[in-house]
Amino acid sequence: MRLNKPALYTAATTATLALVLTACGGSTTGATGGSWDKNATVDIGSLYEPQNLDNTAGGGQGVTEALNGNVYEGLFRLTDDGKVEKLLAQDYETSADGLTYTFTLRDGVKFHSGEELTSADVKYSLEKVLADDSQSARRSNLEVVKDIATPDARTVEVTLSKRSISFVYNLSYVWIINSQAKDLKTTEDGTGPYTLGKWTRGSALSLNRFAGYWGEAAANKEVVFHYFKDASALNNALLTNAVDVVTSEQSPDALDQFKSNQNYKVNSGNSTTKLLLAFNDKAKPFTDVKVRQAVSAAIDDKKLLESVWGGYGKLIGSMVPPTDPWYEDLTSVDIHDVTKAKKLLAEAGYAKGFSFTLDTPNYDPHPTAAAFIKSQLAKVGITVEINTITPNEWYTKVYKNRDFTATLQEHVNDRDLVWYGNPDFYWGYDNKQVTQWVEQAEEATTTARQNELLKKVNRKTAEDAASDWLYLYPQIVVASTKLSGYPLNGLNSQFYAYDIKKTG
Amino acid sequence: MGRYLLRRLTFLVVSLALASVVLFVLLRLLPGDPANALTSVGASPDQIAAARHSIGSDRPLPEQFTRWLGQLVRGDLGTSFVSSLPVGPEVTARLDLTLPLTLAAFVLAVVIAVPVGFVAAHKRHTWYGALLSGISQLGMAVPVFWLGMILIALFALNAGWLPSGGFPQDGWDAPAEAVRSLVLPVVTIALVMSASLTRYVRSATLDVVNSDYLRTARALGASLPAAMWRHGLRNASVPVVSVLGIELASTLLGAVVVESVFALPGLGSMLATGIAQHDYPVIQGVLFASTLAVLLIGFVADLVQRIIDPRLRDRLSGVAR
Repeated sequence: MRLNKPALYTAATTATLALVLTACGGSTTGATGGSWDKNATVDIGSLYEPQNLDNTAGGGQGVTEALNGNVYEGLFRLTDDGKVEKLLAQDYETSADGLTYTFTLRDGVKFHSGEELTSADVKYSLEKVLADDSQSARRSNLEVVKDIATPDARTVEVTLSKRSISFVYNLSYVWIINSQAKDLKTTEDGTGPYTLGKWTRGSALSLNRFAGYWGEAAANKEVVFHYFKDASALNNALLTNAVDVVTSEQSPDALDQFKSNQNYKVNSGNSTTKLLLAFNDKAKPFTDVKVRQAVSAAIDDKKLLESVWGGYGKLIGSMVPPTDPWYEDLTSVDIHDVTKAKKLLAEAGYAKGFSFTLDTPNYDPHPTAAAFIKSQLAKVGITVEINTITPNEWYTKVYKNRDFTATLQEHVNDRDLVWYGNPDFYWGYDNKQVTQWVEQAEEATTTARQNELLKKVNRKTAEDAASDWLYLYPQIVVASTKLSGYPLNGLNSQFYAYDIKKTG
Repeated sequence: MGRYLLRRLTFLVVSLALASVVLFVLLRLLPGDPANALTSVGASPDQIAAARHSIGSDRPLPEQFTRWLGQLVRGDLGTSFVSSLPVGPEVTARLDLTLPLTLAAFVLAVVIAVPVGFVAAHKRHTWYGALLSGISQLGMAVPVFWLGMILIALFALNAGWLPSGGFPQDGWDAPAEAVRSLVLPVVTIALVMSASLTRYVRSATLDVVNSDYLRTARALGASLPAAMWRHGLRNASVPVVSVLGIELASTLLGAVVVESVFALPGLGSMLATGIAQHDYPVIQGVLFASTLAVLLIGFVADLVQRIIDPRLRDRLSGVAR
């Protein structure tokens, strides 16, 4: 039995990392022309099966993809462009000190069980995320919540212990669940446009249009997520019309067969997944900023991206993808320059180079990237020893124990620049000024001020070469030309299915 | 026979008990922490500790083991660390696919291998006998996933006759669809399996053809097919049956590759996911069920051999008559 299947480990990493490192996103395609079948079944192919159906109990990326926005809704919705919109919250007010948020709930919202949405359900749902046994990725962000009051059935009052400008954004991750619901790992009771049909573990999960939905009804009658472990099996399913759309194409080699076929459309959106060469900034020789800059300059990111993704994907000079509000093009800070790299190394006292071990997850694209980095760094006298490890080992050795010198990892979340403000994060970047900026940004009174501060963080970390940001992954959705209205960016692993229209 | 059965049964129970210990200990030697699959990046040490506590992986090993064994005796395969759903019902649900898949492939392989192996032996001096023998030799070297991909390309992608993978969500409630989706995987396994089986059938036949008793039978005027039918087949089938048992067991365990190529939600893919996530209860559950199946297959193969060959009855049971 051979078990070193890349797709399988992708799934595993997904389970561990994606919880917090998950990207944000999801806008819908514009084209909806012509008539479509209002009673169509849309078959969706995905590599991310939910572990269970509860997003506070380790359901993983798959449960977000299938249920978020489709079956469950939050007070706010994160659109595919990364904007935050009101959803179950009809309105809200913030007190002058920025510590109390008063939310008014939308009227006439019913759960799938038929019960009406009340403020008690909102309180219950928020407390569920904050509970001690909660495995929600947003738990730590929401720990500022001090008190939740429900003065009447339609009003929720949340008091924070300190200002948090991201509070409303973070609420878009909180599902509003009926407080009476049971068995949430295998069943649901949400307010979304679909109810859960049938979940066959290892195979498929279907969603049916909910007749009692408060908003505009879904554009299709049924959605079936079909789960695959193997990317080529998934592509075959698309080629044989067993599925209509693939949520996220992971293999660039497969694209040609779709690009050359007029029955398919290959869409390239913006992801928030960054491939990082993360230094341990607390381990020699990467404690020295010049060494980090030298390594960053010695690696030709463009060539790497070209070899891994062909014409897809983007170069980034920092941790910030274009969909984050504080994006700035910093690719010029980290420019490929071998002469500069050699000079920096000499200044740092490593004129003859040095050697280090690169802990490399064993699934694509990490081994390829590691081999590439090894050959690039050899040109400036640095010897790289590649140590291939499983995702689980990575999590224990690198993430928890900080037992590494440098590592490769993909970070999938939106707005995750702020981790550089945490000196205890695994990469050990410790800059008091940056930490302060990040804290001030969170307590800022306006988003303009928040943006301004985080742009400073962005530039400072880039100049410090806190990590080497190799490239931003593309987000590729391949679909049958019969479909329109599907999400393109898939931010935060969301896949809103209710706007998908299918022609006969 | 009664004493023999009792001995076999004891052997079965002892083997299972030993297997459960080995399984349990080996899994704990794997590097990595099952709590990893439960906690997210950014989780505080408290959250990680809470995750360990919730799945019980912070308890001493002997305690974890006794707990697992206790559940096992009650027929409970435990609860998945990752999904918090019970393992037992999922194993049963997955067997709904893996068992028919394996058995159908097995039967088809036997149907192909027995006549082909016999012809390859009987007609070994003709060109087609040599060809069959050569093909079977070659077939043993073909990787399952490669053959699977070729068949998908031919019959699903090009011809469009059969689905390229997957299993209907309604399972066997949609029988026609279910059967259709199993055709290619069954053929894939059967072809690979029949290659090695053919070799065994061929050599077992050759042994018999060259035996004294067959020569005697032929000297007494029987044709080769008649002599084979009357005396040879029985003798040739004894070694083949034990190989059949091994093949069946290894197919059951090796289904993971085929299930992945054809995107089938069987036991193999459940195991693969479990291993990637360090989900010990899932791995233990699947391997325990497979171990049980393999032991049962061995038991049945033994029994069949004894029915075919009376001499074995005495030898295996150790009873002097």
